[in-house]
Amino acid sequence: MYDIVVIGAGPGGLSAAARCAELDVSHVLLESSPKIANTIQKYQKGKHVMAEPGILPLRSPVDFAAGKREEILDAWETGIAHHNVNVQYGAEAKSITGEVGNFSIGLVNGDVVQAKHIILGIGMQGNPRQLGVPGDQSDFIQYQLDDPDEYHDENIAVIGAGDAAIENAIALAKHNNVYIVNRKDEFARAKEGNLNLILAAIDAEEIGAFYSSSPTEIEILEGEKFRGNLVLSTNSGTEKLPVHRVIGRLGAIPPRGLVESFGIEFPSKDMSAIPALTSQYESNVTGIYVIGALGGYPLIKQAMNQGYEVVEYILGHDVKPADHGLIEDKFKALPYDNMEVDDVLIMMQERIPIFSSVNALLFRELILDSTVHVYNEGDVVFERDDYTNSFYTVLEGGIKTVITEDLIISSAVGAFTGEGSLLSGRRRSATVLAGDQCILIETPRRTMLKLIASIESVKRVLDETFIVRQIQTKFAPNTDIKELEPIASTAVINSYTPGQVIMKEGDEGDTFHLIRSGSVTVSNEVDGKEIIRTYLPAGADIGEMALLGDTARSATIKATVKTETVSIDKDAFEMLLARSPGLREELQEKTKKRYQENVKLHGDDGSEGLLSFLMNQGLGEATSALMIDESLCVGCDLCEQACAATHEGTSRLNRKAGPTHANIHVPTSCRHCESPHCMKDCPPNAIQRMGGGGEVVIGDNCIGCGNCKQNCPYGVIEMAYQTKATTSFWQWMLFGIGLAPGKGEVLTHGAENEIKKAVKCDLCIEQNHGPACVRACPTGAAMRLNPVDFAKLA
Amino acid sequence: MSTSFVSHQGGRYFWISLAFMVLSIIIYAWHEPVQPPNGGTWYGYTLGTIGAVMILWLLYLGKRKRNFANGWGTTKGWVSAHVYLGSSLIVIATLHTGFQFGWNIHTVAYLLMCLVIFSGFFGVYAYMVFPDARNKVKKSRTRDDIFEEIQVVDQQLKKLAGNLSEDIGAIVNSAIDRTEFGGGFLDQLLGRDKSKVMIDGIIVNNNNQDVVIENLVQKLTLATGQETKVLANLVKEYGGRQKLLGVIRTDIRLSAIQEIWLSFHVPISFGLIAALAAHIVSVFIYW
Ligand SMILES: Cc1cc2nc3c(=O)[nH]c(=O)nc-3n(C[C@H](O)[C@H](O)[C@H](O)COP(=O)(O)OP(=O)(O)OC[C@H]3O[C@@H](n4cnc5c(N)ncnc54)[C@H](O)[C@@H]3O)c2cc1C
Ligand code: HEM
Ligand code: HEM
Ligand code: SF4
Ligand code: SF4
Repeated sequence: MYDIVVIGAGPGGLSAAARCAELDVSHVLLESSPKIANTIQKYQKGKHVMAEPGILPLRSPVDFAAGKREEILDAWETGIAHHNVNVQYGAEAKSITGEVGNFSIGLVNGDVVQAKHIILGIGMQGNPRQLGVPGDQSDFIQYQLDDPDEYHDENIAVIGAGDAAIENAIALAKHNNVYIVNRKDEFARAKEGNLNLILAAIDAEEIGAFYSSSPTEIEILEGEKFRGNLVLSTNSGTEKLPVHRVIGRLGAIPPRGLVESFGIEFPSKDMSAIPALTSQYESNVTGIYVIGALGGYPLIKQAMNQGYEVVEYILGHDVKPADHGLIEDKFKALPYDNMEVDDVLIMMQERIPIFSSVNALLFRELILDSTVHVYNEGDVVFERDDYTNSFYTVLEGGIKTVITEDLIISSAVGAFTGEGSLLSGRRRSATVLAGDQCILIETPRRTMLKLIASIESVKRVLDETFIVRQIQTKFAPNTDIKELEPIASTAVINSYTPGQVIMKEGDEGDTFHLIRSGSVTVSNEVDGKEIIRTYLPAGADIGEMALLGDTARSATIKATVKTETVSIDKDAFEMLLARSPGLREELQEKTKKRYQENVKLHGDDGSEGLLSFLMNQGLGEATSALMIDESLCVGCDLCEQACAATHEGTSRLNRKAGPTHANIHVPTSCRHCESPHCMKDCPPNAIQRMGGGGEVVIGDNCIGCGNCKQNCPYGVIEMAYQTKATTSFWQWMLFGIGLAPGKGEVLTHGAENEIKKAVKCDLCIEQNHGPACVRACPTGAAMRLNPVDFAKLA
Repeated sequence: MSTSFVSHQGGRYFWISLAFMVLSIIIYAWHEPVQPPNGGTWYGYTLGTIGAVMILWLLYLGKRKRNFANGWGTTKGWVSAHVYLGSSLIVIATLHTGFQFGWNIHTVAYLLMCLVIFSGFFGVYAYMVFPDARNKVKKSRTRDDIFEEIQVVDQQLKKLAGNLSEDIGAIVNSAIDRTEFGGGFLDQLLGRDKSKVMIDGIIVNNNNQDVVIENLVQKLTLATGQETKVLANLVKEYGGRQKLLGVIRTDIRLSAIQEIWLSFHVPISFGLIAALAAHIVSVFIYW
């Protein structure tokens, strides 16, 4: 029986186990892979690992500082050896039973480990899906490929059809005899580039392919040329493939299911939810503690600090978390000199109802990410049409929301604002001014989204508020919020997947929808063909004709991207009409206009193909997309040169790449999505939305993990070394010295801290006069458009 | 939605340029110099100076279009102004000369200027017509897309040929290997096809792949059994290849025409500067 069993030898687990060893606590560190820190082992070779956040001090018995992956892993190996940490490799935990003081941990290899306390630090990467057939535990079966050049002249079977499988198969095929085993009859999940590569390689017979085949057994051959036979069940019967090596690339199993099976609860179904933890990292199962990425802290240093702290907490020591100083600094400007940091945090949660149900640990993290502002009366917090999207809560004093010149709403301590842009990704719909003695907490969008995903009550409060405020600004600006609440309470929030029909032409319907986030297309069926009439962004309303008596839908409305609407039915709407004089007339006017537009659009169908094409390219979620009119493009490449010249020599757009419809070409370049996919999973939160145009910008604190590159569905992010831009024009022009305009060269090549960072278009936010690509185009072929302007393209 | 440099800002520079030309003609008609009109009168001096300044400004486009961080106007706007104000030089400079042409350095400068301007006219025509034409020829694909398609067909052809007799395989392979594109500028401009093929050990011209296709068709007519089917397929695929090659060749030729004027426009501009300098110097010396 160990006092503490640490599961997962990532940075968090390592640090915890080392602290146990340092304090002579009986412990064991269980790691499923054959080496420590599997997540870091999987980084590319020589990767420069960053130690973000820079201001956070490290508190761990093992060293960690920014440096090469290999150096860091070495330091950790040395650290755990030096402290005599008790590690077991190949020890994958699969079950936990018992209770605090007497847990039993079941391992995949059949062993059982007893523990009084458990620290869970298994990260978010998940374990590779196993083949699950007899013989799959043999040592020539592997689920990872570090260096394809390590193997020569072997018969290797790669099992899987995703990008990882294809990339491995192609890399191995250089020196080996490679087979790829695909359960399906085509490679449907692979990226286009990989798909072309694998099909070409199969065609050229460089790689053998088994389609519609799955392994049923691995027969082990002793003392023969081959190490085993991979038995496959194929459409034409059973086949035996003699192999030296089998590589399974069947994806990873996300850890959530496993963690839940340990009895740990997640507060919501949302896949990005984080288990509820106390401020001492303890889960709802007494005695099981969760640290690191799994606990919602996505950076190495944080995980290591928590490893140290959690051991202290288990032992009953009262230590202040390492980030204590950081929070103290944040609170310096506040008038709470005589209060302890922890008390200020408690007061904040008491004063602000929306945060009251947040658990202490999560709230602490929220404050770490947030900024606390002290305002003078009349200061502008944000302005109408700003493209910011952070969330504000009132800690002291009050705020004034200016909806129209005559309509100013005051809110007091505990209120919040900014939820509109937070939820819709759109511009601010009102100006907010600071009241007297005003102190506000500004929380970034990413942190709020995480909170919404994790805590049902936060989501509910925000949703309800969003609905009433939306109804108020849209229809009843002069009606008190209180009066609108009964109407709002009947409203429903609906979510649609891309392409899903919200209402269908000809159907009867009496609900009315406000688009809350995402966007839709309006189309009609003409001669059995879908003709897209127009595109409507978040904020628009649809189906209002139904409310005025015309219940047959006049068009089909489809979500272009993931879309949410707020729907109100006819009865509730009648109440609204009764309450807001003039609203009926206003809506009738609007409806008339829409009819007229429809009639006009019936006349010119030229744009239909184009609009469908653009929507199919996912451009419905763009806010600023680069397009090139091929009938004007002379191919001079000034756009790319301009981009490179204004961005340290690396162009962030690829003019030639991308699809074309008729004369409209969509080059590969960031579209500044409404709800940017790239922002989802950036450990240091380096991607921000800023500026007057809502530019999505990657900051200098990028750690180069490549998550954003993977998450962007449009392939616009490159991982690149920093480069240096153009030298003097005249030197180049007259004497041919230096680089041509728009050419760059790698700046720090060979330098110690060289790291590939994420780069992409930032809409030239630093230039102050708009995107250089468009400005540099001599003929007017290049343009940047918002989907609202697409209809005018044709 | 996309407005070209020609219609930039509703043709603003067209109207400015037109007004400028009309005004200078009116003044020309109205002013009565002591001497017959020429560059030496006060009005001649004025127009000459304006002209010279304009030429320097027109030349500056070559620099301006590479000032990528410059916020002063867009390149499109500059090109629009360049085109329309540049055209007005014909009137300005002609009025400046007072129609006094002769075999001298002055007239050389004038003629060079006209060449630059007329090449510019062609440039505008080229920019308005060829990109669209090329996009249509390529059916909205990039040249690289088409090269990729050709590569796929090539693979397919080699595979098919592998099932046939060795000499057919040799012909197909050599035709693929000896397919040529581009060449010198003149070749591109004239759309010359220097592709070759080796048949029976002799390398012959294979313009537009005609020779290979003819040869394969010939073989097809003589073929029997299974071979007929494969050969027919081969001929069909080769027809597709021929079409794709044709598209690329047309694109290369059109793009050569689209670019060619700039190789006159810019160098002659520099010649013009030299001649103009000589003109001005000579005027001051011999005055
Ligand atoms: C490409 C990339 C680059 C990054 N770059 C940086 C950077 O430069 N700086 C930075 O601070 N952060 C970086 N991060 C984030 C960082 O890797 C994580 O925050 C950190 O690894 C989290 O540590 P952890 O201890 O919580 O979990 P992990 O490091 O994921 O470790 C979990 C360990 O648990 C093991 N395990 C899993 N399941 C079981 C089980 N059932 N039984 C036993 N063991 C199990 C795993 O094999 C693994 O070794 C990067 C992430 C990625 C993907
Ligand atoms: C600073 C600018 C200029 C000055 C000071 C200038 C001056 C003069 C003068 C003084 C003359 C009269 C010469 C004579 O009568 O023998 C002249 C004539 C002429 N100039 Fe210019 N000029 C200028 C620019 C230009 C430009 C831009 C052009 C055209 C490219 C041009 C083309 C001519 C021609 C063709 C003549 C007539 C030659 C002749 O009379 O035989 N000049 N110029
Ligand atoms: C004496 C007069 C002119 C001079 C000195 C001049 C000079 C130049 C120069 C230096 C360039 C830049 C080329 C490059 O760097 O690639 C250019 C481009 C161009 N010029 Fe002129 N030009 C003149 C008149 C005209 C006129 C009258 C027209 C059209 C009616 C014209 C049309 C153009 C066009 C279309 C371009 C290409 C712009 C681009 O691709 O960026 N020019 N000219
Ligand atoms: S990088 Fe990709 S996901 Fe992010 S805003 Fe740009 S296009 Fe959208
Ligand atoms: S910007 Fe991209 S690469 Fe950089 S840290 Fe964020 S997710 Fe990783």
